[in-house]
Amino acid sequence: MTARSSNSAFIEVRKLSKHFGDFVAVDAVSLKIERGELFSILGGSGCGKTTLLRMLAGFETPTSGQVFLDGVDITNQPPYERPVNMMFQSYAVFPHMTVEQNVAYGLKKERLPKEETASRVREMLSLVKLDDFGARKPNQLSGGQRQRVALARALVKKPKVLLLDEPLAALDKKLREHTQFELMNIQDELGITFVVVTHDQEEAMILSNRIAVMEKGRFEQIGTPKEVYEFPRNRFVADFIGTINTFDGVVQNSGDGIVTVASDECGQSLRALCDKPPKNGSDVCIAVRPEKIFISQYKPDNHEDACLEGVVEDLGYFGNLSLYRIRLATGKVVQVSSQNRRRSIERSFDWDDNVYISWRPRSALVLEP
Amino acid sequence: MSRQTGHSDTTWQRIAIALPYLWLLIFFLAPFAIILKISFADPVIAMPPFTPTFGDDGALQITLDNYAFLFTDKLYAVTYLKSVLMAASATALCLLLGFPIAYGIARAEPETRNILLLLIVLPFWISFLLRVYAWMGLLNNYGVINNLLMWAGVTDQPLAMMYTDFAIYIGLVYSYLPFMILPLYATLERMDLDLVEAAQDLGATSTVAFWNITWPLARPGVIAGCLLVFIPATGEYVIPYLLGGPESLLIGRVLFDEFFTNRDWPLASAVAIVLIFLVVIPIVLLQRNQARATENAA
Repeated sequence: MTARSSNSAFIEVRKLSKHFGDFVAVDAVSLKIERGELFSILGGSGCGKTTLLRMLAGFETPTSGQVFLDGVDITNQPPYERPVNMMFQSYAVFPHMTVEQNVAYGLKKERLPKEETASRVREMLSLVKLDDFGARKPNQLSGGQRQRVALARALVKKPKVLLLDEPLAALDKKLREHTQFELMNIQDELGITFVVVTHDQEEAMILSNRIAVMEKGRFEQIGTPKEVYEFPRNRFVADFIGTINTFDGVVQNSGDGIVTVASDECGQSLRALCDKPPKNGSDVCIAVRPEKIFISQYKPDNHEDACLEGVVEDLGYFGNLSLYRIRLATGKVVQVSSQNRRRSIERSFDWDDNVYISWRPRSALVLEP
Repeated sequence: MSRQTGHSDTTWQRIAIALPYLWLLIFFLAPFAIILKISFADPVIAMPPFTPTFGDDGALQITLDNYAFLFTDKLYAVTYLKSVLMAASATALCLLLGFPIAYGIARAEPETRNILLLLIVLPFWISFLLRVYAWMGLLNNYGVINNLLMWAGVTDQPLAMMYTDFAIYIGLVYSYLPFMILPLYATLERMDLDLVEAAQDLGATSTVAFWNITWPLARPGVIAGCLLVFIPATGEYVIPYLLGGPESLLIGRVLFDEFFTNRDWPLASAVAIVLIFLVVIPIVLLQRNQARATENAA
């Protein structure tokens, strides 16, 4: 029995690869997911996230590597034997069956007694608030209702893991927000481990306990939403999640956890906090998120902060916040967002206004170029 | 202004709907009425070879003798039965062969799919008659297949394939297979593959998923394909005439002989009318079945 998981991780993916001919869709990824976690795999299209999910479901056979669930090697188990269920992006609700028949389908395959099947179906339909829709056919339901049927159908089997492929992609904005919280509540109530695949970073941030950022078949970073957003491990992650301003430069001085970087792009040196300071003279990049930057009409007098002078090139009003694109003397454009705290009809800053932008050293990141 | 366009729109809509109906009226209903009329007449040696519906005195002259004759002579009943059974078996064989082919094409890569479809349709570029003749060359006692079998030492003397029911089945299945494949392909191609995976995910093996999901969803295609094969196969004349033997007498042959050899138009018309009803009844039953299914779905 070498095929047992080494420790207590609920799902363990070990050096899992999938090749399609010459194309490497998933490249020797390893991953541990805890019981009850809501875990997201985030990436752009073609990054391998769906292939990875399909290997967890059993629809694709891995080229190499193993998948353990609750200590059992399920790598070669067919989908119908895995204690894992999936909610498809297309929902895949059976069009020729009623809502009830759809939800009961999985239990019928388990040959459960009729009464138990009926009561579990009823219970599940009430959990997804479709109590009165049992006799309807899928073509009589809205998109959101069909999704709830798909969810109930997957959950009624009491799977150890529920896989969700782009669960919110097909819903409109208001319904998305509602469904997001509903999914979280259901997950909380049932304690089932959720693995979500999504290309939408906002969706991943709100839903998940942890996120794996995937690119070209590999994980770029695995961490909590906060870790991934505030402490991206590299430039790809920083860029992929949210917006970030980057300044390329050379390390001038590092010590006491503070790095000073000379950057031609902004025409001066910038300071940033860093635990593991790179060597003097190495190429790095300083990265700052738009909301960490203050914008003001007069030069702030705090000399600790980085401060740059520029001109408002463009601005966008979003109601709750405003976005500014500030052009520096060097030609570099910096994005700044600021909360519209005061209620006013006047613009705080206008096109072509001369402004100062500043941020604290602790707000900036030092990344590899 | 908008009312004006609305009005002309509905006028055009009516014309668009009326045209196919007019077509059906002229080329289907009118000939049907003529055949029906002839089937109630007596044969005479004249031109046309049947008595008029109204006599010289204007009195109605109709007779049910022709229909009565169909029921008294056992030959007709046996021939009808044989024709329907043969067409039904050929339809079943077409479905058995056609389903995997249609499924395979529907699941192929999009580029290969078009080539495969083209290959299915390709035989239509050659005359139907020529293709049936080609089978004569293949099935003959000294045809390609027998020569090959004897050369390979499988058999010493030629197998009698030509002029048997076997040859008719070959001809029917070969000729009508595309009519089964195309509607099946159309339904299978539209089917969402996620549905089958979802069934497997919920605990169904591939076989169970096929019978629970693929088969019921392919039903409209199965019904359309079966009708497209069964209806023409029932009245088929050329294939049994060229490939079948003297003992394989089918209704198409009887119809032809009554019209052209015996010149008994009224009896031939009666044979045709009964044939139409034999073919129409299963369609009506299937359609009602289908309507009920959609009603349940709604």
